[in-house]
Amino acid sequence: MSQMWGIVPLPVVGHSSNRLTLLARPDWDFIAMKRYSVFAIAREAARYHTGWERAWAARAPKKKYDVIIVGAGGHGLATAYYLGRNHGIRNVAVLEKGWLGGGNTGRNTTIIRSNYLQDPSAAIYEKSRSLYETLSQDLNYNVMFSPRGVMMLAQTHHEVRGYQRTAHANALQGVATEYISPQRVKELCPIIDIDGPRYPVLGALWQPRGGTARHDAVAWGYARACSDMGMDIIQQCEVTAVRQSGSKVTGVSTTKGEIDCDKLGIVVAGHSGVLADMAGFRLPIESVALQALVSEPIKPCMDVVVMANTVHGYMSQSDKGEMVIGGGADGYNNYTQRGSFHHIEETVRALIETFPMISRLKMLRQWGGIVDMTGDRSPILSKTPLEGCFINCGWGTGGFKAIPGSGWGMAELMAKGASPLTDAFTLDRFREGRFIDESVAAGVAH
Amino acid sequence: MSTRLARDGRFLNKSKAIKFTFNGKQLRGFEGDTLASALLANGQTLVGRSFKYHRPRGVVASGAEEPNALVNLGAEGRFEPNARATTTEVFEGLKAASQNHWPSLDFDVGAINARLARFLPAGFYYKMFIHPRPFWKYIYEPFIRQSAGLGKAPKARDADTYDHFYAHVDILIIGGGVAGLAAALTAGKSGARVLVIEQTAHWGGRAPVDGGTIDGLDPDEWVKKTLQALEKMKNIILGARMMGTGIYDHGYVLGYERLTDHTPDQDGPRHRLWRIRAKQIVTATGAIERPLSFAGNDVPGVMLASAIRDYVVNYAVSPGDRTVIVTNNDDAYRTALALKDAGLEVPAVVDARPEGGGALMQQVKDRGVRVLTGKGIAGVSGGKQVQGVKICAQAGEGAVLEEIPCDAVAMSGGWSPVVHLWSHCGGKLLWDQEKAHFHPDIGRAPTGADGEPFVIPAGAANGSMSLANVLAGGVAAGQMAVERAGLKPKRIATPEGDSVTEAPMQPVWMMPQGAGVKLRNKMWLDYQNDVKVSDVQLAAQEGFESVEHTKRYTTLGMATDQGKLSNINGLAVLSNALNADIPQVGTTTFRPPYTPISMGAIAGEARAELFQPIRKTPIHEWHDDNGAYWEPVGHWRRPYCYPRDGESHADAVNREVTNTRENLGLLDASTLGKIVVKGPDAGEFLDMLYTNMISTLKPGRCRYGLMCSENGFLIDDGVVARIDDDTFLCHTTTGGADRIHAHMEEWLQTEWWDWKVWTVNLTEQYAQIAVVGPNARKVLEKLGGMDVSKDTLPFMAWADGQIGGIDVRVYRISFSGELSYEIAVRAGQGRALWDALVEAGQEFGVMPYGTEALHVMRAEKGFIMIGDETDGTVIPQDLGLHWAISKKKDDYLGKRAHERSHMVDPDRWQLVGLETIDGSVIPDGAYAVAGGTNENGQRNVQGRVTSTYYSPTLKRGIAMGLVHNGPDRMGERLEFPKIDGTSVFAKIVDPVFYDKEGAKQDV
Repeated sequence: MSQMWGIVPLPVVGHSSNRLTLLARPDWDFIAMKRYSVFAIAREAARYHTGWERAWAARAPKKKYDVIIVGAGGHGLATAYYLGRNHGIRNVAVLEKGWLGGGNTGRNTTIIRSNYLQDPSAAIYEKSRSLYETLSQDLNYNVMFSPRGVMMLAQTHHEVRGYQRTAHANALQGVATEYISPQRVKELCPIIDIDGPRYPVLGALWQPRGGTARHDAVAWGYARACSDMGMDIIQQCEVTAVRQSGSKVTGVSTTKGEIDCDKLGIVVAGHSGVLADMAGFRLPIESVALQALVSEPIKPCMDVVVMANTVHGYMSQSDKGEMVIGGGADGYNNYTQRGSFHHIEETVRALIETFPMISRLKMLRQWGGIVDMTGDRSPILSKTPLEGCFINCGWGTGGFKAIPGSGWGMAELMAKGASPLTDAFTLDRFREGRFIDESVAAGVAH
Repeated sequence: MSTRLARDGRFLNKSKAIKFTFNGKQLRGFEGDTLASALLANGQTLVGRSFKYHRPRGVVASGAEEPNALVNLGAEGRFEPNARATTTEVFEGLKAASQNHWPSLDFDVGAINARLARFLPAGFYYKMFIHPRPFWKYIYEPFIRQSAGLGKAPKARDADTYDHFYAHVDILIIGGGVAGLAAALTAGKSGARVLVIEQTAHWGGRAPVDGGTIDGLDPDEWVKKTLQALEKMKNIILGARMMGTGIYDHGYVLGYERLTDHTPDQDGPRHRLWRIRAKQIVTATGAIERPLSFAGNDVPGVMLASAIRDYVVNYAVSPGDRTVIVTNNDDAYRTALALKDAGLEVPAVVDARPEGGGALMQQVKDRGVRVLTGKGIAGVSGGKQVQGVKICAQAGEGAVLEEIPCDAVAMSGGWSPVVHLWSHCGGKLLWDQEKAHFHPDIGRAPTGADGEPFVIPAGAANGSMSLANVLAGGVAAGQMAVERAGLKPKRIATPEGDSVTEAPMQPVWMMPQGAGVKLRNKMWLDYQNDVKVSDVQLAAQEGFESVEHTKRYTTLGMATDQGKLSNINGLAVLSNALNADIPQVGTTTFRPPYTPISMGAIAGEARAELFQPIRKTPIHEWHDDNGAYWEPVGHWRRPYCYPRDGESHADAVNREVTNTRENLGLLDASTLGKIVVKGPDAGEFLDMLYTNMISTLKPGRCRYGLMCSENGFLIDDGVVARIDDDTFLCHTTTGGADRIHAHMEEWLQTEWWDWKVWTVNLTEQYAQIAVVGPNARKVLEKLGGMDVSKDTLPFMAWADGQIGGIDVRVYRISFSGELSYEIAVRAGQGRALWDALVEAGQEFGVMPYGTEALHVMRAEKGFIMIGDETDGTVIPQDLGLHWAISKKKDDYLGKRAHERSHMVDPDRWQLVGLETIDGSVIPDGAYAVAGGTNENGQRNVQGRVTSTYYSPTLKRGIAMGLVHNGPDRMGERLEFPKIDGTSVFAKIVDPVFYDKEGAKQDV
């Protein structure tokens, strides 16, 4: 029972694999990583919380690592975490130009779902979703995964057929989804206007175990767990060059000096093209700003996540009470992480039609994140022309939900050279025409 | 206790009393009051509860920076949560209710959180609620969610309307204080087109309250005179109650005008969003006073010193009978003077500076007020109302020297320029060590497409803190804006500001300086979100060293005021904790909007019917009158079917199919895309666009063509007719018209810009009616006017002529497999021709048919449908359409892609027909399973259904599908699992189910 409640202050054999290896680390400070629990909080409250340690260590880079991951966003940190946890590779550094979790991990609308159409997509997103289920316990950090259910509204007959197809595909893929009636939509989300008039709701694809999580906590939880395994997370450390010998990677140059490595993982989302250029190859990626906004917080009125692709907007309510709203990406390539207005206008219009009650709410804040878009709107998790250098990018507008699965697959790919989760997502596919087109399901292509 | 003073207030019209309610209690205010001033006038110091600890909260500020005084405003269709009382003007009948408490504002059960505060530090939820796992979903999260949010969720549909305005000006001036007005006067005299906007209802900003003189005049007088001058200039527009919301790229600015919030009974839109393009923007947005961080600084009655001054001077409201002032600068002494002028008591001014202040301090001392220098506040007595303050040495740890009874505290920690708008579009900031604030770095302004700066800060927003500098800065900004806008500035005399010289302020980030953990635990930074000095220190201690990390970990600055009061104080605490300089730690990003704006205003007029106007064909009304069940297709509505009384949609579809095959059907095909492609190079262009050879088509003939994307995927299909040597008419799918037209133009404009080709989308210029069925020719012959016989007008030919006296173009094309004429007429004649066909067709059994009958008939014929058989991953070769891919052409869009390894892979799924064994209909979207599972545990599949219907002609379920090696597996049985766990079995057959020879259409 005590283990279950997580009050054990000391590592317990068999409790989790990372703890065992920590014991083996000679420089491990035994007291350093206190487990988080309600009892730890109570203990600390007695001394006004003066005893809490750093969530992750601040260390100077070593001269060499087995693996360097560039980019301490969710995907980079998760890759490092599973390298350690699943493959025993712990001599790892995660380099971050700014502050960890400060890119799209900290800017997205936190939706988690796996109701994808194509098999490779469903596999990696469902792996991810299932890892989210236990992530708080695995990381001993409450990421507030909230499987409140995600519904994607069908508002044209074409969308109805599209989602029925996805429901069939999901059934064979082991992804629990259901095509539901407009009445059920209304029951699950009473604030929806299902009658239109412009686009009446004809049904929805419903994934009851989809939901949301606290985005920052995912990055922080992975960072803490990586640091706990002895990995170095080095912030304010910009990579300025990828060093190679022959056709093999040997390390990177950074604003904190040169660091050697055997393997390099590039996991930098919007700036992937820049890093690929340093490594000497090109990517079929365009970077654009994706727009999002939140309302002022109000008392709970929406228990599910709703995505409306025909009118183009999606909305959920955060645990703080804000309506979190996402919309479209800017129609031009750019790197400015700024909000622009025209998409906000379109998105809010669409959502007022769908949820008339939001008209008198107020927009609190809008922002943009740079998303890396591939031609088929599916990610790239792949070896690269540079031996020892791997890339994980192209998550486009949907990367947050994929963080654990992406990290799991990427770690396996980097450790073993292949992973069933990532095998379809190679860079070669664009040359071969082997696209994994998810816009099919989103109804975007037609 | 706060109360109304007998004197006048600058903004008040005391002759006009206004009745309003707060929590159901009827209260009285005056015209000109804000809800906040009116509540204070009624002694209502407790106005709300904080977010996390449900602490009692009172009004702190007097403007947009207010974090506490948020109310549920109005009712039903005019209900608004989180309305800020300090910016809500009272009106007769206003109904307000306080938020975030249960059961009442005075007694709130949630206040237990405050007792538990020690167990709920910053980020506590990341560290607990982890075990046992199911508890998060069922217990912890529901509990957290129930305590979330502030205002209530609106329920009713919004009863108001909103609109958008567009404005193009040379110069936009944001802020109607004296700096903005001076800039406006300067810019206006040069002849530039100027828009000046002010977020409140009043011009002049703080100057009239803060005193001094302008050109020897009282600031109020000067503001009046200046406004009169500005109103006379035709090139100037003045907009009050209009906030500068956000500055975006290339001088694009949003202005948020609140038209009827203060007069809800007035007709017209509630809010108007101005979409402004300005060559230059002057941000004269003023400054915001900072609170001081001392224990108990959140008790109702502790307010900003400037706000207390505002309430006394502008609204004749006394926030308390005895007000202690605590400050680190001279400005707060003005509050002491204002209170004394109003006959109120000021027991003491507590000045943290060891030497105290300058001339203003002396004036205060001369009025007999006690001034304590080098002192601070160690604590505030009182729960829901200040009862006294404990005085300590600022340099110490908080040992109490004395306690001074009072019922209000005016605090001032210095001023922060409002740099939000400057920063929205990339303007950078500098830290001023002396004034302890960030101000715009003029050298690093936001730049436009030409690389030139387009924002100019002025006045207090630029860090100017004396009246003289504010005015000079305003004039200079106006002149600079004129020059940069490419106009000639006219010199004007800079208005002379005269105000008392102030002694330097001294940054005080914590009071007292050596406060221990117990005191720090009671020092609020963010009042709404309950973030305290101890929380920021905890974040730093735990490694959340980036200011963004600290913000996110503690929620500092994430409340509805977006940290207008808390950000700098929090940043200073963080810097101290990290032992770093403030500019080194940096600020969080300023994002639009400056203060929250209504979603309604963002959406504007485009709601309900105007949300996305429905496109209607010329025959739309007939369909509506004749019982059409509509289907949205693109922005059109098309009849899905025309059910008769008591008939189901499925029955209607079956009847329509059968009648068309046996007698005569009419389809409104007007929505089909019709793009004219014209020019000497039109043939060559279409050869590139279509996979077929189009240039060899003879005038008078039609050809079915396919279009692919660069990646080889089929994106559209349709019939091309050659009108003459230089002119082609390309039919596209209904949903494809705009997309394909854009696709053509993209190629023409970016790749083949030297080709002589013009395109125009004529979709709406023509109505098009398909006359289909064995009786089609008969009805046309009956109407008469042109020869529609097989010899004159054979299959896949077209001709111009007349039918029933109407000019028409008739195409002999068929998507149903029947004898079919598609007749195009000028849109204005569409309805006339339709009516004529319906009437003439009576004797031939005419019936209209909808899109579903169209789909069923084309599926019976094995014709593909874009969007069904294709989904962006299908190439023409998958669909057995090799015949439509020219082998003779060197190139076409998609040719190279078709040669890629995966595209020529023999394992691609290919089009087949599917016939269910039991005659049932395969569900839409079903997959055919193969044995076993893949590496990821997913069931292996070998094909899928693309179209599936009940065929009334064959009286059984038919389907088309893509199947692995399908065409080589005729007769094989496939299993299609259904969602309910059972399976349908189907036999692979030829995709053409009906009239395989095509005899019926070619007659």
